[in-house]
Amino acid sequence: MNLTLYVWRQKGPKDAGRLVRYEAKDVSPDMSFLEMLDLVNEGLVRKGDDPIAFDHDCREGICGMCAQVINGIPQGPQKKTTVCQLHMRHFKNGDTIYIEPLRARAFPVIRDLVVDRGSLDKIIQSGGYISAHTGGVPDGNAILIPKDDADRAMDAAECIGCGACVAACPNGSAMLFTAAKVTQLATLPQGRTEAARRVCVMTEEMLGQGFGNCGNHYECQAVCPKDIKVQFIAKLNREFIKARLK
Amino acid sequence: MLLPTSSVGRKLVMAATGQLIILFVILHVLGNATIYFGLLNAYAAHLHALPPLIWSFRIGLIILFSFHIYYGIVLTLENNRAKPQSYVMRNDLSATVAGRNMVWTGAVIGSFIIYHLLHFTVQITNPGLAAARHLDSLGRPDVFTMVVKSFQNFGIASVYLLSMIALWLHLSHGIQSSFQTWGLNSEQSFPIVKRLSALAAIVLFVAYVAVPVVIATGILK
Ligand code: HEM
Ligand code: FES
Repeated sequence: MNLTLYVWRQKGPKDAGRLVRYEAKDVSPDMSFLEMLDLVNEGLVRKGDDPIAFDHDCREGICGMCAQVINGIPQGPQKKTTVCQLHMRHFKNGDTIYIEPLRARAFPVIRDLVVDRGSLDKIIQSGGYISAHTGGVPDGNAILIPKDDADRAMDAAECIGCGACVAACPNGSAMLFTAAKVTQLATLPQGRTEAARRVCVMTEEMLGQGFGNCGNHYECQAVCPKDIKVQFIAKLNREFIKARLK
Repeated sequence: MLLPTSSVGRKLVMAATGQLIILFVILHVLGNATIYFGLLNAYAAHLHALPPLIWSFRIGLIILFSFHIYYGIVLTLENNRAKPQSYVMRNDLSATVAGRNMVWTGAVIGSFIIYHLLHFTVQITNPGLAAARHLDSLGRPDVFTMVVKSFQNFGIASVYLLSMIALWLHLSHGIQSSFQTWGLNSEQSFPIVKRLSALAAIVLFVAYVAVPVVIATGILK
């Protein structure tokens, strides 16, 4: 299949950047979206042009590096799927595709489609941990955890920190990300001890890093490749109220 | 603590003040309904016979609106700063026109409230109709005639209608949003809360525009 691409090209953080048109020829429907970009890049390199810079790592949907915005949708049009797992058979011959970097003040563009998502790490560093001395490996059933709680914590832990939620949010907020981390820890007994402090410092750090406030638009949930639900944001809000009432 | 600076804290102020203002919005529309039973002048006279009641409502509302407007503007500015560049190709999957324009529908409502107060409370926009200067046969300010003559003016009726559209949009996002902000959301309740909020916003809209519409169309004279 043949496609017309409009790709965001930006030489560096200071460059203004612009969309550049490329023709992607002889794309196989079995290619992943990243393989399609690889193909375009091979053509560019052959002509002596700069290849399109984009992030990727595992290419199997578990690391979150590959997030980019395809036709206005972070992580692409395929629901609950990362860009590396999106296949070209979901497009039609002759389609025009717009490819832009994740946009938010807290995600400065480094080059082309590559953005700096270090601000998410800063949120984790502020409180996304437990500081218990764990000692040796504990007995498997020493702490009993109800199945529902374990399941909820695991659902929250599915977040791969790709930043699609931030890019989709009209307010550039990282609430879904922060809520997933807060819920994951607050739902388990080991995480309860520091739950009150955690929810306060992590949301504080979120603002400090230049993210916006949640506007309850739920765009984040709609694009999340791991199906993280906005109910986790409600949980974060409850945790915050509990922390303040203490 | 008194003036929250945190993200969720300020959202909670928005939700709390918004919900309390909605309670007032409901009370107000119930009061409006007295017009269908010929009781509007009596209702108005009763209210004004109780200055402590009316003034505690006024002061309470001024406080609620001040917080709601202040944090609404602060949060919006902060949110716009956090998203300096939009997409060339934007594609909203769940964000709505109403949700994205809260500050604008809010601004319309705010401007409308000022006009509305000048119109029916201070009664200076149409001094010829001022109820304070026209008493009914029982010697009460003739609020009914002021309202009817106002809404027989197509321009005035349109201002009220358009403003209520803004209120509808504001609440169609705001009501469900305020429940989420309080953390009152589960996967089971979410679709129900969303639908009931949309319904409540429509019911309030219809209840409010009913008065200008029945008057402008000549049903109520
Ligand atoms: C009848 C009057 C009003 C009512 C009943 C009302 C109600 C509400 C409610 C329930 C919310 C949702 C709060 C939440 O997200 O948790 C809200 C949000 C909002 N309101 Fe109002 N409001 C009114 C007037 C205004 C006015 C005059 C403004 C002027 C600027 C305004 C600006 C906003 C903004 C910007 C938001 C969104 C805040 C955010 O991003 O979270 N509102 N309103
Ligand atoms: S490259 Fe790891 S999730 Fe796509």
